[in-house]
Amino acid sequence: MVTRGKLLFVVAAFVLLAAYPYVAGQFGVDLVTKIMIYAIFALSLELLVGTTGLVCFGHAALFGIGAYATVLLSPENDAAGLWWLLPACVMAAAAYALFMGALSLRTKGVYFIMVTLAFAQMAYYVIHDTKIGGGTDGIYLNVKPVLKVGGSTLIGLNDAGSFYAFTWVMLLLVFGLLALLLRSRFGRALAGIKANEQRMRATGFSTYPYKLAAFTISGAIAGLAGFLFAVKDGVVNPELLSWHFSGAVLIMIILGGLGHLRGALIGAFAFALLQEFFQSEAVFGAFAKHWLLGLGLTIIASVALLPRGLVGVPDQVRERLLGNQRDRRSTTERSDERT
Amino acid sequence: MSAPDVLLRGREITRRWGGLLAVDRVSIELERGSVHAVIGTNGAGKSTLINILSGEIAPSAGRVELLGHDVTAWPQPRRARAGLGRSYQRSTIYPSFSVFENCRLAAQARNQKPWLWWQSAQRCEASTTAARAAAHRAGLDELLERPAGLLSHGQKRQLEIAMCLAIAPEVLLLDEPLAGMGAEETDRMLALLAELKASHAILLVEHDMDAVFRIADRITVMVNGAVIASDTPQAVRLSPAVQAAYLGGH
Repeated sequence: MVTRGKLLFVVAAFVLLAAYPYVAGQFGVDLVTKIMIYAIFALSLELLVGTTGLVCFGHAALFGIGAYATVLLSPENDAAGLWWLLPACVMAAAAYALFMGALSLRTKGVYFIMVTLAFAQMAYYVIHDTKIGGGTDGIYLNVKPVLKVGGSTLIGLNDAGSFYAFTWVMLLLVFGLLALLLRSRFGRALAGIKANEQRMRATGFSTYPYKLAAFTISGAIAGLAGFLFAVKDGVVNPELLSWHFSGAVLIMIILGGLGHLRGALIGAFAFALLQEFFQSEAVFGAFAKHWLLGLGLTIIASVALLPRGLVGVPDQVRERLLGNQRDRRSTTERSDERT
Repeated sequence: MSAPDVLLRGREITRRWGGLLAVDRVSIELERGSVHAVIGTNGAGKSTLINILSGEIAPSAGRVELLGHDVTAWPQPRRARAGLGRSYQRSTIYPSFSVFENCRLAAQARNQKPWLWWQSAQRCEASTTAARAAAHRAGLDELLERPAGLLSHGQKRQLEIAMCLAIAPEVLLLDEPLAGMGAEETDRMLALLAELKASHAILLVEHDMDAVFRIADRITVMVNGAVIASDTPQAVRLSPAVQAAYLGGH
């Protein structure tokens, strides 16, 4: 049920991202790598919030666990094998998600939000206040993982270009996987849970295992994003698990437009670019240190003016131009066709 | 005629909310081939009874048997999979999905297979066929592509019946399916129920007394959580206790 416009947008986005390093400088490549990692993280949360209707306010913990696992599992002075390190980090985050989900999914609504926050804070303080993760200073990843086959390096993540390519492939895989998942029976059941959980149970779906599976898959993807982040910067710190970051990723998907995978992609770019813009001293001079103010006001304004997020802008423009069809569209806008 | 085929049985069902006795030792039997109506004033405990039978609320005492199994401890989804469909007093549908997708997702419950993550849900032959058949039976053929939220009230009630039928239930618990319907829609719904009762056991909670007396084979009257009469419509109509308590002497 993918419409041509959506498919075109996604293909164009990935083609542009693939071409970008050939025209951009080091700063740009570094920034877009970071944004693509954010996009993977945002996609993981979109599966929970936008698809299943579960507002998780502790997603940074899963990202952070993926990131810390990357550093903690890597040998001190040797490159870890990518083939085992990446799955291990993903599994670590998925395991914590399974634990977190198993308990928090017994609650609903605002209680769910608060319980997920509590689980995230728990992980945050374990990392922040104990020596296992180097405390508040964080820890460094001395050697980046590589994938070696028979002595020759197949994938090295040391230079920015190859790491960019690797991140691009991961983003593509995650996007493709989620797009498949959403149109499958599993995905439709998640959409049903969001639309009307009571009806799902009345027709014979035990919704708890579905939600727990979604939570765990989401955690695994967040862990992947954390892994990439740790490898990119070569350093992790407790702020990766903080509730500020959980909030930021929620804002990304809201900004982009809930209920659409594209929304997570667009939202991650919009959020990160706005942040760069308001932090830029070239634009704001000394005022740039108050960047949070500008960012916050922009986000408030866009949520007020674009209730369906950036994804909904074309529809909003069309409605403005065509006027009277508004009633019809506003009820169909949450239709089950999604990419 | 063969012996009555009791598909759902509630025995001495009791539910207390604190000091309030919402349902007081109610026993009820639903047979295949008959419509069993439950009537009573607001607050008589009819909806609580339905919720207990369908598994949304646990009874304080008593037991529920579905197709010969004791299902008192079964959660609602398990009862639904075993053949219990229900509709709600307020339309409980997926407003953002198309009519067809509402039915298809309901039918998917019979064929869940969530591990087939690479296969499109639309490719599940069993559920698309069941969905079409259920929509056809409920008279929604023309509206398959319409978003369910845009249906008229009566059509939403029809859709809810279709979603019940899509899971191929043996027992239907219908909570005020006629509420808010016009005369024509009521006629159509009653015709559908008359058609369905041959192969299903139907429990009907309804306020429209004309409709109840037209369709019901058996009527149970509840007052303050307790059953004061349970008999054929004719006998219930003539019962002095019912006339005093409910029909107001008409």
